[in-house]
Amino acid sequence: MALRVTDLKVHYRTRRGEVKALDGVTFSVADGEIMGLAGESGSGKSTLGKSLIRLDSRMRHVGGTVELDGTVVPVTDKRRMNAFRFHKISIIPQYSMSALNPTRKIGRMVGELLASRGVRLETAELERRLELVGLSAEVLGRYPIELSGGMKQRVVMVVSTLLNPSLLIADEVTSALDVSTQKAVARTLLGLRDGGLVGSMIVVTHDISLVYQIADTIMVMYGGRLAEKAPADAVATSPRHPYTRALISSLPEAGVRHADKRLQGIPGSPPALLDPPPGCRFRDRCPLAFERCAEQPPFAEVAPDHFVACWKAM
Amino acid sequence: MRRYFGRKLLIYGLTFFVAVTINWSIPRFMPGDPVQSMLSRANISQPEAVEAMRVHYTNLFGLDLPLWKQYLNFWGALLKGDLGISIWLFPTPVTDVIVRAVPYTLALLIPAILLSWVAGNRFGAFAARRTWLDNTVLPVGYVLTATPYMWLAILLAWALGIVAGIFPVAGAYSFAMEPSWSPAFLASLAQHWFLPFASLFLVAFGGWAIGMRNMIIYELEADYVHYLEALGASRRLVRRYAFRNAILPQITGLALQLGVLVAGALVTEIVFSYPGLGHLILQAIQNQDFFLLQGTFLFVVIGVLIANFVIDIVYVLVDPRTRTGMGGAA
Amino acid sequence: MTAVPTARREALHFALRNGKLLAGLVVVGVFLIAAVAGPLIIDYGPNDYVGPAASPPSGEFWFGTTTFGQDVLAQFVYGLRATFLVGILGGGLAAVIGMVVGFTAGYRGGLVDEVLNMITNIVLVLPALVVLLIINAYLGVRSIGLQALFIGLTSWPWAARAIRAQTFSLRSRDFVDLARLSGVRTAKIIRREIAPNMSSYLFMTFILLFGGSVLIAASLDFIGLGPTEGVSLGLMLNNSARWSALQLGMWWWFIPPGAGITAIVGALYVMNVGLDEVFNPKLREM
Repeated sequence: MALRVTDLKVHYRTRRGEVKALDGVTFSVADGEIMGLAGESGSGKSTLGKSLIRLDSRMRHVGGTVELDGTVVPVTDKRRMNAFRFHKISIIPQYSMSALNPTRKIGRMVGELLASRGVRLETAELERRLELVGLSAEVLGRYPIELSGGMKQRVVMVVSTLLNPSLLIADEVTSALDVSTQKAVARTLLGLRDGGLVGSMIVVTHDISLVYQIADTIMVMYGGRLAEKAPADAVATSPRHPYTRALISSLPEAGVRHADKRLQGIPGSPPALLDPPPGCRFRDRCPLAFERCAEQPPFAEVAPDHFVACWKAM
Repeated sequence: MRRYFGRKLLIYGLTFFVAVTINWSIPRFMPGDPVQSMLSRANISQPEAVEAMRVHYTNLFGLDLPLWKQYLNFWGALLKGDLGISIWLFPTPVTDVIVRAVPYTLALLIPAILLSWVAGNRFGAFAARRTWLDNTVLPVGYVLTATPYMWLAILLAWALGIVAGIFPVAGAYSFAMEPSWSPAFLASLAQHWFLPFASLFLVAFGGWAIGMRNMIIYELEADYVHYLEALGASRRLVRRYAFRNAILPQITGLALQLGVLVAGALVTEIVFSYPGLGHLILQAIQNQDFFLLQGTFLFVVIGVLIANFVIDIVYVLVDPRTRTGMGGAA
Repeated sequence: MTAVPTARREALHFALRNGKLLAGLVVVGVFLIAAVAGPLIIDYGPNDYVGPAASPPSGEFWFGTTTFGQDVLAQFVYGLRATFLVGILGGGLAAVIGMVVGFTAGYRGGLVDEVLNMITNIVLVLPALVVLLIINAYLGVRSIGLQALFIGLTSWPWAARAIRAQTFSLRSRDFVDLARLSGVRTAKIIRREIAPNMSSYLFMTFILLFGGSVLIAASLDFIGLGPTEGVSLGLMLNNSARWSALQLGMWWWFIPPGAGITAIVGALYVMNVGLDEVFNPKLREM
């Protein structure tokens, strides 16, 4: 197992109290596995992605552990966490378009970044990797503003994976792009894994149909908790959790692919995570809800590698 | 880039045109006969001087000519460098009076502006997000930048000049001396220069330090900073990048603040009777010497325009976005 | 529609806990009270000769007297009035011009924007104080109102620029599009949709313009182009310098007016930082 997350709880501090954005999640990702992480905004998927590399100032680790390749990842310790960042765990952020310092030429920025991590820049290797994503070495002599959005995205992909991390988090990498570029980015992600440049990958997205094309497994989150995790085909063809079913059936065969909008078929909205009700978080909107749902269902393995948190699926 | 400079030059040209037009029209649109009122308000006793001046000014204003002709004549004289005759120092041409004063003003302004900008930016960047420093720098900076230039000048003159007796408080050099390149004279120059310089420097310093501190705090929340932090970049590198990006608006800010800084220098000179343009302005106002006042006005405007242009060039050198033709912030 | 009251309540919550905002408000408030109430309590004019000449602060004259036996405290409280007046009128006029120019340029775009931008840039590079010097030097009679008028006319450009940029970013938002599509007039869109969405920003702009007006008026007064009648803090500085208060060691004459200006303007600036933190969650300290 490359990544093992156990009962991870991360809260957001706000003036009205702590928002339980991540309320006890337990899962693992195998070596070389590409896991799609799907859910509506506010489901906790982005918080989970960020928690694995850098907690921002408003996030508070409440409990749980993260293990990578058998070592405990010190998510709460800013200083010790630095040893893992970039080397072991890396991220392609949601904001790739603005992730590069606008006043430095790209080559120089990469050199300075590596130097600050105590790594020497191997120009030949950097150029080879740029070529891999279809960029010429010339971009190193340019400022970010001279590149198109898609080019910047690819530069960031190369930079983030330069030290061959064993875990790469791709956070909503396709949301700012047009459809054809999205496909290219998805293929590139696949290429990074197949080329052995990264170990496993978590692809955070609200776009289940896109992630389905590259992911080995898909994990669905709802209201700060896990709803379902299974091989991609199983999620697509035989989802067990009523929320996953609603999510899948709301996707037309082709065309609109955004699950981020309120689910049309299900009335109501996701629970407020400031003070969530006990029991299953999906209860209020669930067509199958019954008395037992007042009790939190376990995230149980109902078939090989197929985990679901629903009483009705057991 | 040619477009960028072309635009800037057009604006500066138009500004100069507007300034000259203001200069020309104000005496003409105020009620009454400008020559008469000027002479009657001027503190001059010798009748021959008054008569000479009346002839001179009537010719210069050319009030019997149609307005458009007066306007063209005004430009004609201006382009020949003729700004009229000073009343205060009759019969010295205004241009000569100003040219003699300009070096003193520049000697105060240029070091004060550059040093306060460099030091303020460094200090502000250093203080940002360092709790205890930030908590002291912020209030001190705000008090400094809210201080009227002349008041700080008065306080310094009083404390270090009158009470402590360390520095002289009037003039550019000791009255007992003749200007020369002797070490004693230069020392006297430096001694007289220090307090006006220091008071200009301090007020401006507060403004830059605060501006930089605020810019850095914004920059530290920028996406590229979050990315660097996620990849574990050193704090040093992050701060260096933030500084490099925050300095750009500070350069634009320098251009915006020029007018205020010049105004500060003028009133500071008045406090210290420092013989620069500010001192001329005071004399011109007290002696109703409108030609001197208007000439000084034009000189200040030209100086500010040149400084603006220099800043534009610097901006292009440091911001890659203006060079690649993508616009940029200036 | 519930979003607006919640946001407002949230802003109020942070406002009441923001030390910078509160400290600034208290300082400005104290001076405002002094400016309003002071002249009502003191029963002689600021320029009346009421006491012994050049006497230092005493129980009778708390701030001492001038060379001519005028009460410095009386001049100070009357001067505060002039300062607030010039700040409100000058800053207010500059804010109005800045808003009209900024909104129009930012919302209309195109040629209107080009022309307004050009005018803004020209007034921006003209050094305001020297322009004011020329104008005021030719005015035979000068008043605070006239002074504020000219200050307002020369100090609006940076505000116009900032408001233009903000308007520009709001222009393409959905709710503005919706209003435009339903045939609402431009002026009404700006008033109903755009201005309320940047009200906090506009208020902060006004505060800065207020401070700027006070400082520039003080400089004008100090040079000797202040109001021909009455008192102001700048005129006090001018008189103290003219009558050699510095050389005579009459510190009580020149310290209060400068300290008053510094305190008011500094408090306004600190208030602005506080407001920025209240309205901009990124700057709040967690």
